[in-house]
Amino acid sequence: MKELKQIINECKELSFDLNFTRAKKWKEEKPGRVLVGYMPIYFPREIIHAAGGMPVGIFGGGDRKQIIKGDAYYQSYICHIPRSIMELALDKHMDHIDGFIFPSICDVIRNLSGIFKQHKLGKFVKYMDFPQNFLPQIGGVFYQQEMEHVLEYIKEINGVEVTTEKLNHSIELYNKNRQLISLIYDIRQEYPWRLSIEDVYHIVRAGTVIPVEEHNEILEQVCAHIKQNIGVPQDKIKVVISGAFCEQPAVGLIKAIEEAGCYVVDDDYMLGSRMILGDIDATTNKPLEAISNSYINQSQYSSSIYDVHNPKENRLAKIVKDRGANGVIFASASFCDPSLLDAPIFQNAFNKMGIRYIAFQYSENINQFKVIKEQVGAFSDSIKLWEDEPAAVSNINLTATDSCKH
Amino acid sequence: MSQEAQKEKSMILQKEMVEGLFNDLAQAKELGKKVCYTFIPGNLSELIRTFDMLPVYPEINALQSAMRKKSGGYIKEAEKNAHSEDVCTYVKCDVGMLMKGNIGPTGTKIPEPDVLLLSYTGCFTFMKWFETLKREYPNAKVIMVHTPYQENAKMTPQMVEYMVKQFKEEVIPQMEEVTGIKYDEAKLQRMLALSKEAEDWITKIFDTTKHKPSPIDAYFAGVYYIGPINIGFRGTEQAVEYYKELYNEIQERIRLGLGPITPEGEMKEEKYRLVVEGPPNWTSFREFWKIFYDMGAVIVASSYTKVGGVYDMGWRHDPSRPLESLAEYCMNCYTNLNIPQRIDLLSKCITEYQADGYVTNSIKSCNSFSAGQLGMMREIEDRLEVPVGFIESDLVDPRYFSYSNIKNRLESYFQMLAQRKMLEEQESQ
Repeated sequence: MKELKQIINECKELSFDLNFTRAKKWKEEKPGRVLVGYMPIYFPREIIHAAGGMPVGIFGGGDRKQIIKGDAYYQSYICHIPRSIMELALDKHMDHIDGFIFPSICDVIRNLSGIFKQHKLGKFVKYMDFPQNFLPQIGGVFYQQEMEHVLEYIKEINGVEVTTEKLNHSIELYNKNRQLISLIYDIRQEYPWRLSIEDVYHIVRAGTVIPVEEHNEILEQVCAHIKQNIGVPQDKIKVVISGAFCEQPAVGLIKAIEEAGCYVVDDDYMLGSRMILGDIDATTNKPLEAISNSYINQSQYSSSIYDVHNPKENRLAKIVKDRGANGVIFASASFCDPSLLDAPIFQNAFNKMGIRYIAFQYSENINQFKVIKEQVGAFSDSIKLWEDEPAAVSNINLTATDSCKH
Repeated sequence: MSQEAQKEKSMILQKEMVEGLFNDLAQAKELGKKVCYTFIPGNLSELIRTFDMLPVYPEINALQSAMRKKSGGYIKEAEKNAHSEDVCTYVKCDVGMLMKGNIGPTGTKIPEPDVLLLSYTGCFTFMKWFETLKREYPNAKVIMVHTPYQENAKMTPQMVEYMVKQFKEEVIPQMEEVTGIKYDEAKLQRMLALSKEAEDWITKIFDTTKHKPSPIDAYFAGVYYIGPINIGFRGTEQAVEYYKELYNEIQERIRLGLGPITPEGEMKEEKYRLVVEGPPNWTSFREFWKIFYDMGAVIVASSYTKVGGVYDMGWRHDPSRPLESLAEYCMNCYTNLNIPQRIDLLSKCITEYQADGYVTNSIKSCNSFSAGQLGMMREIEDRLEVPVGFIESDLVDPRYFSYSNIKNRLESYFQMLAQRKMLEEQESQ
């Protein structure tokens, strides 16, 4: 078994390899292999795997890619991630990727799919319309048709016919993947000092650009390490991060939150890898239906899913309770409509529930964390110092929305 | 009859229709009518009317608030309540108006919804908007219609089937439950026949800009013309009558060789013919329009007048396939078209209406329109070699309308158009 430090370093390399070298190498190893890029947040990667392909997560360039050309495509008041993705495309970082999937996150990502079509990037461009109807016979059927459409595109490239057996096998692999990631979060809930949230982030993100089989091996090793009594506990509060479901914050920001006095015990970073809660049935003769049912019945809450029948504020409050967290940090990407439009819903509800929170915005290439650190530090101190005070009292001073806008 | 009198008749008709709707809304309880909040793009007016409900359009209330200079206060009210500066200002204006007592454009209180009918064609924010409203109106029934995006530039049979199933199994039964009225398909079909008729007229009306000078402005005046068809009168005799009248008035203008009517009277000389992409700014609508007509610029086509439905490509409601037709209508609204389709549609407008230029009014808080506009502009410029202009404003937030900046930019653009025209004239001599 590799040392934990070595695993983490390898994951760091992989997760920010903007040339997707491992994926490219995997494709070259065998004829007929296909790479399919998908944008945040969730995409049923199982179907690509079953079709002899490898799903490749494209989450923008973070703070590792200077945006020059991409800025010519998006006005200043549009979030950062589409311009970063365009920069990657125009600089040919993704030339070996065969097709691109744009899940229905928001209007920006939707229209980005059109810009990819306009530029004829990849062999196919698919806007994947996730149903907002949650009846299996209506939305579920539509979702299966959407997945079949993706499979048709791949078949046109490699001729692979997807079978029930292949799909069930792929589902099993991704079930394993989700179980292991879940285990990491469960262990960290009790022992967050054993693995920093920055390391968790790199480990999970690496899984989006390498074969799932390899990622499962990495996760198993990580779990084995953190089951041991390693690290030294520190006096930090426990928090849940919410709002970062699509455009990812710079790693420096993720790190800054823990450094400022918080253990992040749950989050929505890389939400797509954790979107399905629990296993998908890998034993049926209708695996696409099983995937569809999992989306309908087992999805994590998200700003991109219509929620009135299962309100998101209650679901987040349950996560806070189950994780034993002291509060919530709402961290939204600037100009992110879905996340920012959710903010009043969450905050009004949490004021009533007495759950403490702070809120700020970021962009993927932000590199000044001082203000955020101060704000998070004050939040952490206030909880430590005034634990018994009613939450609303501390919220008045601490809900400094937009304080670190840029 | 003089042309002034003819113009007035269509305006009076529209005024009566809108006032009638708001009066009915003010007395909804007394009239025993249920109230349905919904949106313009992909609006299911005919279905709402089939169940005898009264429609409320939150985005129309927002734009009316802006024109009455009330949106700034409403937006600030919402921002005080954790709404971000960065998001859709229609939403914030609506939420702010709600917080301030929900007094609508005519000064009467807008009744609370019995139904929140969410047909979120082409705008993801609509979904978030109704999530917010559901928390404000917990007793309202939320009926969701998911409209698939035309991602591959077509409406497939599966997409239609998906929507029809939603109508049959979710929308109609829930509307029956709320209203106590049984679904009457024959009634819906009669309305759809009238919708088709109104759509024929509105297509003919917007097609009159082929004339030189154009008898109408298809953007600034166009937003008034699309009013009745967008705010719940599609499928009524009133709408057909209004559009017939309007068409006749425009024909008279063509016969007399007249240009468009502006707030300051008739435009004397048509110097530039433009196609505009993006919604207008509502807080400074008159000043914004004035910049154009002062320069002799007439808008011969706009994408904004197609948000409630794209009819100029030949699509019509079809009474013989009522629910399928409603599904196709929802999918065929402008912002539900993908970017290449939008480019093709705008290119067709530029070519067919012989436009001299193309202007994008990029709206800060409307990603559905704005994301991708720069790429569209570049493609249109390359494809048609037409001069393109770019300005930025907002829907209903007065803080984001900078008169001087917009005027400066447009003046530079018009200078470019003037030089180009001069060169073309020289070359042709």
